[in-house]
Amino acid sequence: MNRWAKNLTPYLFLSPFFLFFAIFWIWPIFYSFGLSFINTRRRPWTLDWDFNWARLISDDFFWQALKNTFIILLGQVPLMLALALALAIALNSDLLRVKGFFRFAFFAPLVLGAAPYSAVFRLIFNADFGVLNYFLGFFGIPSVVWLFEATPAIVTIIIALTWRWTGYNAVIILAGLQSIPTSLYEAANIDGANGWQQFRNITLPLLRPVLLFTFVLSTIGTMQLFTEPWLITTTGPGGATETLVTYLYKQGFRSFNFGYASAIGYTVAVIAATFSFIQIRLVGGDQ
Amino acid sequence: MKAQRLRRSLLLHGIMIPLALLFLLPIFWMIVSATRPDNEILNLPPVLLPGTYLGENWSILNNDMNFVRVILNSVGISIIYTAAATLISAMSGYAFAKFQFRGKNALFMLVVATLTIPYAVLLVPQFILVARELKLNNTYWAVILPGLANALGVFFMRQNMLSVPSELLEAARIDGAREWRIFAQIVLPLMLPALAAVAIVLFLFQWNDFLWPLLVLTSKDAYTIPVALGTLVGLTRVSWGGIMTGTAIATVPFLILFLFLQRYFVAGITSGAVKD
Repeated sequence: MNRWAKNLTPYLFLSPFFLFFAIFWIWPIFYSFGLSFINTRRRPWTLDWDFNWARLISDDFFWQALKNTFIILLGQVPLMLALALALAIALNSDLLRVKGFFRFAFFAPLVLGAAPYSAVFRLIFNADFGVLNYFLGFFGIPSVVWLFEATPAIVTIIIALTWRWTGYNAVIILAGLQSIPTSLYEAANIDGANGWQQFRNITLPLLRPVLLFTFVLSTIGTMQLFTEPWLITTTGPGGATETLVTYLYKQGFRSFNFGYASAIGYTVAVIAATFSFIQIRLVGGDQ
Repeated sequence: MKAQRLRRSLLLHGIMIPLALLFLLPIFWMIVSATRPDNEILNLPPVLLPGTYLGENWSILNNDMNFVRVILNSVGISIIYTAAATLISAMSGYAFAKFQFRGKNALFMLVVATLTIPYAVLLVPQFILVARELKLNNTYWAVILPGLANALGVFFMRQNMLSVPSELLEAARIDGAREWRIFAQIVLPLMLPALAAVAIVLFLFQWNDFLWPLLVLTSKDAYTIPVALGTLVGLTRVSWGGIMTGTAIATVPFLILFLFLQRYFVAGITSGAVKD
């Protein structure tokens, strides 16, 4: 084979990926940026530097959506990751029997799509005929109007997300746990370190890269939360569960205001990038 | 020591069993509701065991929407997408793992960097391109094309392709085998477990995708299962038995698959996280 053809081979193997990558990733990223400076409310579209961005700053609905997204993010991600870490440790423990059953119970939600499980949650969380209020009644907890009051609606979204994604994160953390050499724990046992000390000084430090990964992915995922508030609470009541992406959807694909939707999209991207950066700095430390 | 272990083990099970049942409740409730008429689903106290109303609920579901067509759309789109995206991921992973070439590291970093870009920022331009310029709305291609470049798939395939022995490839080259043949007949068969893991994750991703199909599929005949379910949930007169039958159709096959193929699911999911 001649040298030319040989040098070309890897590029040919890469070409289908980068073809679609260029069309559906690279170009949109730039186009979206450009659109955010264009007034798309009227035809023909005109360049207007601060038309969308000025509106964004003064748009109460946008700030509400941003605030809601942050509340869900802060309420959900730490709760879910703590639970996922606890579950992973439990599933990794030799004290636990019938692990197959537990693995299925906690990991099964991760094969469920957002739309199907949102439908199920909407049924379960119904105030009048949902099973949740019925079961809570056994514990003497009065009925909660889950979907039509602001705080319960947010709590519903947090519970739904936690149900769906805890197993996913536990799978990743469990794989991280299993890659820690058991000899480290054996040595710690000989030195008389107790369970908490072992967790604090062996497990946590060695899990740091994995926890960081789950942290960053969960943050990016929650930043673009759409299906659950769209289907379970229909972004209500009164916008209490409006998120950045449900608002983007309404602006972009209900009102077809592409310029403004692009500005919202870029806000999501910039916030997500900032969060990832901070998390990598804080948790990643020296790496 | 032994008594202490037993106490701890009992305590652990005392926490884990109720928690596991709580996690299973939504899935169980979905199955109960799919097999009960609406008046029983909405009745309190609830009937807690599956019934025999599945066939009737299926008819109700088909009245509201041509659900056979919807299922076929989901199956068709997911299969075409999975086959194409898996092949594209494997080809790129192979190039990144087994070739030295100019720009390799920069290109690979570019691929990895996209993992941190929120999908939301791409929606508007992709919609303008697919629906307005190419006029592909309500076709399979509208759903399939934008996701074909999957960074996680490339990343995972590269990690796995690193283990293919280079001597094997060199030997084939000396025998005069063409590069494509080496890839298709030597590399891919070696990679079957990794391909299975990627394919399962990509299939699930496509099968479950909601927001993008919702944007480009606007006619009822083109709906996928998630879009159809989302539309049914939003109706004023909601048939819960029908909807739960639809959700059961969308999820139960994967729950069963998951029981048997857990290993591949887990390999696919942990691909990006745990480096060797």
